[in-house]
Amino acid sequence: MTGLRELTEPDAQGRFGPYGGRYVPETVMPALLELEAAYREARSDPAFWSELDYYYRQYAGRPTPLYFAERLTRELGGARIYLKREDLNHTGAHKINNCLGQALLARRMGKRRIIAETGAGQHGVAAATVAARFGMKCTVYMGAEDVRRQEPNVFRMRLLGAEVVPVTTGSATLKDATSEALRAWVTNVEDTYYVIGSVVGPHPYPAMVRDFQAVIGRETIEQIRAAEGRLPDVAIACVGGGSNAMGLFHPLSAYPEVRLVGVEAAGRGLGTGHHAASLGAGEPGVLHGALSYLLQDEHGQVREAYSVSAGLDYPGVGPEHAWFRDTGRAEYVAVTDDEALAAFQLLARTEGIIPALESSHAVAYAARIAPQLPPDAIVVVNLSGRGDKDIYHVMRLLGQAGREGEAAR
Amino acid sequence: MTAAPENRIGRRLGQLRREGRKALIVYLMAGDPDPEASLDLVETVAGAGADVIELGVPFSDPLADGPVIQAAGQRALRAGMTPAGVLDLVRRLRARGVEVPIALMTYTNPVLRQGYAAFARAAAEAGVDGVIVPDLPHEEAGPLRGHLREAGVDLIPLVAPTTPAERVAAIVREASGFVYCVSLLGVTGARESLSDRFAPLVERTRRYTDLPVAVGFGIRDAEQARAVAEVADAVIVGSAVVRLCGETADPALRLRRVGEFVRGLREALGA
Ligand SMILES: Cc1ncc(COP(=O)(O)O)c(C=O)c1O
Repeated sequence: MTGLRELTEPDAQGRFGPYGGRYVPETVMPALLELEAAYREARSDPAFWSELDYYYRQYAGRPTPLYFAERLTRELGGARIYLKREDLNHTGAHKINNCLGQALLARRMGKRRIIAETGAGQHGVAAATVAARFGMKCTVYMGAEDVRRQEPNVFRMRLLGAEVVPVTTGSATLKDATSEALRAWVTNVEDTYYVIGSVVGPHPYPAMVRDFQAVIGRETIEQIRAAEGRLPDVAIACVGGGSNAMGLFHPLSAYPEVRLVGVEAAGRGLGTGHHAASLGAGEPGVLHGALSYLLQDEHGQVREAYSVSAGLDYPGVGPEHAWFRDTGRAEYVAVTDDEALAAFQLLARTEGIIPALESSHAVAYAARIAPQLPPDAIVVVNLSGRGDKDIYHVMRLLGQAGREGEAAR
Repeated sequence: MTAAPENRIGRRLGQLRREGRKALIVYLMAGDPDPEASLDLVETVAGAGADVIELGVPFSDPLADGPVIQAAGQRALRAGMTPAGVLDLVRRLRARGVEVPIALMTYTNPVLRQGYAAFARAAAEAGVDGVIVPDLPHEEAGPLRGHLREAGVDLIPLVAPTTPAERVAAIVREASGFVYCVSLLGVTGARESLSDRFAPLVERTRRYTDLPVAVGFGIRDAEQARAVAEVADAVIVGSAVVRLCGETADPALRLRRVGEFVRGLREALGA
């Protein structure tokens, strides 16, 4: 193996370079310090990881396959494309990896009640699932607009026994749900554990969520070595908050020869102002407890993000990605709603796999670059989730059910 | 640490203490419902007996605020209020001869956006005496505090019922102006009944500092203000006043009602 590097760890203040930190009301600071100490202790306890491993295997369905997408590869005519099948996880997305880790930690800390925010509903479903499994009370904050867009997931959360609180402030999407979840935490901090859904928020969340998602990258390394005898040339994942991407990237970041590409949502186009590309079009700022790239105006007001995919519709991004961007360890690109919708249909048609709209962004970028790469190049695409939750939404967007091929516009 | 030279906050709170009186701190959202009305409101509230005015800088994502102040911030943003606009308001108040001490309540991002050093200079130049940043805990506050101190502006720290004693000690060690005790677990907003957690917090805070101790969050009327003043040096009333501003559409009536409410609070604390 060539030039193995140290993996990034935040400093004592929870910073990756200048990014990260803790920007929260004093009321929750002691809880964050307690969480940091509890996680530090759990992280060095092999029993914690072997218990988590048990739930990964027996409950979530890990390891997920690394699938060679032969028909997609042939259709695109270029690099060999592998899909890391996080869509095959229990509850349908990578979010369960993190929720299992945090639920075990919450239990260790003696917390019986959890709260969570959710955009697409996948993190909310995963949080409600682990709450049911471990007998905890669960409240999920969700933007009213997302409640409308992601109806099946709202129903699933309620079936699982969670209370779903629609949030009507601001754009009524993930940003506002996250603000409201933080306010709820400020109010109930003594008995409540806040399960953050991505590598965002105040320290120690970005590093901790990454650690729970890094199983994606570790498995990928092992699986691609078994299949191809080497590491991939390119690893691609979509970036909302950035947890599925960091889960794949982090273990791979030790190998300088692997190109890491994060795909943000360009929405209606980066020039239109209707997008969610914080790394591509934002500037450093503080939101939801951390300093990172942020969509904001010249006065420091946070701008509303937009994407066809509710899970990418967030104006911020995890601080470790900000650091990867600045240091060049990963590159960040953006694809539009239309490209993502086309990729959604392309993967369904060629492989019989309906990807989440979020993951479709990663597939779209792979479809863009694969034809230009030599046939012996290897591309791994993280399929962060399945598209069941999106089919009604896509059906509306495409105009009519069952319409073949292209979007009806 | 070098103490900041005494500004209007220190002078006013010092004088009250010598006279054995309690301070009334009133929160208003700058630019709610519009900048002109805001100027009149500050003058009225000062005239009605507020000893310090906390002026909210409207922010898109106010994590520490409840629905009343969130809505006021939205109204102010819709009216075009900006962080620079808030400083301009303060400058105009000073030009009108308003001498009440003013502390800005802002979130980190608008300040960071401007740059800590530039913000500190501009705030001091406009006539701001203190700054409160509820999402900037002790660990992150050093750089901003340094710039503010140089400019003679206090960075007012917050302590909460969850803050343990050693942490209170570390927080107040660097403080100037006053210490803001958050009375309860939760965001801003008037509550039915008073939390029982502020008294032990005030006591814990006094063990480590001689600075005036103010209690805020959740205080809704004169009766509660009087109860808080029995243990604290200063009482902060926010949402109850902001709600009154938001509920009254007629500008003259708004000033009268807000003025009366603040006078009632002042009287409850002893004139
Ligand atoms: C399937 C799927 N992928 C990706 C995301 C975006 O989150 P992250 O960027 O943290 O992976 C979500 C969020 O809801 C999701 O449901």
